[in-house]
Order: sequence, then structure tokens, then C-alpha cells
Amino acid sequence: MPDYIIIGVFAVVGILFAGAAMVFSRIVAPRFPNAGKKLEPYESGEDTIGSARIQFKIGYYLFALVFLVFDVEAVFLFPVLGVLRSAGEGALPVSALFVWIELLVFIAILGFALFYAWRKKVLEWE
Amino acid sequence: MTALREYPLNHPVGDFIRGLLPSPWSAIANGALAVALMCGLVTVAAIGLIWLERKVCAHFQARLGPTRVGPFGLLQPIADAIKLLMKENIRPRTVDGLAYFLAPLLPITGSFLVLAVMPFDHDIQAMDLPAGVVYVVAVSGLGILGILIGGWGSNNKYSMLGSMRSGAQLFSYELSMVLCMLLVVMASGTASLREIVLSQQGMVWDWWIIKMPGAGLLAFLLFMISSTAELNRGPLDLSEAESELTGGFHTEYTGISFSMFFLAEFVNMFASAGLGATFFLGGFLAPQFGFAPLDNALFAIPGVLWFFAKVLGLIFLYMWFRWTFPRLRIDHLLSLEWKFLLPVSMANLLLGATLVTFKLMIP
Repeated sequence: MPDYIIIGVFAVVGILFAGAAMVFSRIVAPRFPNAGKKLEPYESGEDTIGSARIQFKIGYYLFALVFLVFDVEAVFLFPVLGVLRSAGEGALPVSALFVWIELLVFIAILGFALFYAWRKKVLEWE
Repeated sequence: MTALREYPLNHPVGDFIRGLLPSPWSAIANGALAVALMCGLVTVAAIGLIWLERKVCAHFQARLGPTRVGPFGLLQPIADAIKLLMKENIRPRTVDGLAYFLAPLLPITGSFLVLAVMPFDHDIQAMDLPAGVVYVVAVSGLGILGILIGGWGSNNKYSMLGSMRSGAQLFSYELSMVLCMLLVVMASGTASLREIVLSQQGMVWDWWIIKMPGAGLLAFLLFMISSTAELNRGPLDLSEAESELTGGFHTEYTGISFSMFFLAEFVNMFASAGLGATFFLGGFLAPQFGFAPLDNALFAIPGVLWFFAKVLGLIFLYMWFRWTFPRLRIDHLLSLEWKFLLPVSMANLLLGATLVTFKLMIP
């Protein structure tokens, strides 16, 4: 358990490290908030038209969906791959060959998913 | 198979400090020591790497690079840091306050958290999690989160498009990176970073890059390519793309908040080179060639120096990539990942599984 406290300490110190730099900069850096159009959003010198909450490519969303499939795959693979080397020894009743065949089936199904997405042109960027 | 060396967890300096204090306080002193060391490392590593990057880049382009400030221009990054601190931190009128403020804090926190499990030497590691690899993958997601909410919070069309694009790039390349790490997890049978290093004990050919014939080297190459993309470094630095999006997600960031993104990039480069060395190049282990006098001489050099030597070698490789190849286009970049790196790393994982199952590794 104490190990996880160290993670918390690291997270806090990471935020403080950046926060301290920002506070220090706030003290030493000059501030002229009302100098002309400085506070407008930067669009290469043009006045902005409308909000930045624009419509953007649906392609990003499709990639995110396919990503989700493969990321969950990686999570499922973690425990299986972790025991592959010690399979058949000690507490684990299954043989390494059994784990290997399961792995083959699992990756084959995922390979098929990737193939399907490829053929359905999800991976194309128009 | 040579006899395995013992790598005890005690450290003379750490033990001395812990011995000075009664029991509940020694754990706290331990944590404080680790945190202080890491703060120092982050600052020094980032400043050193910025100098190195500028020098390496200059020499690739037949220039000299920084020479004026300090010997060999060594003080140049410090001067730059002071300049960035003194710059006005412009906060545009239209930004989404909380998201805009939070975004620069996240990437640097993420890299701090990755360094927390990095085994610098057998007795220099802030903590050793049993599921270290899962943890590393999880916390490195903070960097992506910072880029996404920074681009959204900036309320600027360039930032918005840039952050969406780098989000797509970063999570795509994370897949092949994770699969390459999984290969080593499978071969060593553990997910703790310290034990992954210790599983490579023995000769140089017991390092995972060589020990799994073909699969290790391929995984290492795939890891280097996908981590270059994860680091937003050229030739895969689409999120910056100053020629089309004027800076991508950090268009609206100035002064110190911009430098936080910049700093995180360099610390991340160190962390990811450290992971590459840990997974494939034996981390803090000294190279051994089976010739006793040479082996003993190499073993006498402290592990932490070996770790830094390997890390610097990999960092030089990242810099070499950046200043040699032209930048990719976004559709080429995504095709490279989804149609090449991902299928290849899946096949490579199967190849590795076959090697492990049928015990075909180099003995």
C-alpha cells in the first residue's frame, strides 16, 4: 500500500512543479492586458468569424472507435501473455500449448476485425 | 546460462537517511528523497536535452549551434528558461478558463508519474509496481488528455483541429507501442519494470532485443517508430504542423504555459528512451561478453551510468530521426500505423508467443 502513496505524492508534486513555475512567472512577467487586440483568438491576423466549436471530420471519431477495440484487446492480452511463460508449471493447470492456441484464435479474430475495417474503408482518409 | 547475480534493494545513501529516523518517518523520508531526486532529474534532463537537441540539429545541418552563452553554449537553455519565465502569459479573451488552465499541467504530471517506476539502477527506483507496464501505459495517457483539452479549451479553430488530429495520431500509435511492450511482458513473464530488467541478466545476447530471434529486434524498431509518434517528434510531429495549423494545439499558449508543453516533450523523450532501454536493452545491466577481465571491468561501472548511456543513445536516435526525415502527411501517418505497424506488431506478437511456447529462444 505505501507504494501507491508514493504515486499520489508524485502526482501532487508533478502538478506543483508546473504550478510553481506558473506562479513564479505570474510574479516576474509583465502584464498588459488591454493592449489593443492582443486578447483576441489568433487566426493569422484576421478577425475571428464565429465560434471555434466547428464541425470537424467524422474520421477522427471512427478512428477512436477502432482504437477502442484494440485497446481493450491489449488489456485482455495482458494477463494471458503474463502467464504464457509459466503455463504448465505450478499452480496453473493448463499447458503452454493450450494458451498458445487460445492466443492464436484471439488474435485471428482481431485480425479479422482489422481486415473488416480496412475493407469497409474506415481506415481511409478522404 | 551463467549464474544470476544478486541485485539487492538496499542503497547506501538511502539506507543511511532512513536509519536516522524512527519507523513511520523513514517511509516518508524515502518518498521525499525520491521526489526531490526526480524534480532535479526532470529539470536537469530537460535543460540538457534542449541543449543536446540544438547541438545535434545544428551539426546535422553543418552549423555550430549555440556557442555564445557559457562554454559550448551550455548555458543557452538556462537563458531560454529565464526568458520564457519573463514573458507575458497572454490568456485570450475567449478561452474556456478551467480547461485552458489545466491542460499544460497534465503532460508534465504524466511524465513525472512515468519516471516514478523507472528503474535507474537496481536500488534506485522510487517504487516497483507489480503491474508497472499497465501503469506506464495508463499514466502516459495524461499527455494525450492535456493536448485534447488544451486544444478544446483554447477556443481557436487552429487549436481545435490540431488537437483532434494529434489525438487521433497519439492514440493510434499507442496501440503498436503497447503491443511491443506486451511482447517483452510475455517473454519475461512479469509486468514489473525492475523484474523485466532482471530477466535480461547474463550476456549481451540475453537482452530481449537479441534473445528472441527476429521478434525482439522487430519489436524494438516498431517501439522506436511508434514512440517517436507518441512524443510528437519529427517526422511524425503532425500536432505541431506549423506550416498548416500555425502550431496546432498550443497556438494560444504563450510564455510559461507554452514552456510546460515544451518541457513535457523533452521529459517524455527521456522517459520513453528509458522504457526502450528497460524493455529491450537490459536497462541498468552492464553488457557482458563472456570474457572475464572485460566483463569485470564493465560490471564495475555503476548501473545508473549504463542506464543513462543507453538512454542517451536512444535519445540520439530520436534526434537523428527528426533531423533526417521530412514530415509525413496526416493520411500517410494514419495509414502507416493502421495498415503497417499494427498488423506487423500483431503478427510479431504471435511470432514471439510461438518462440516462448516452443522454447525457441537463444539459450
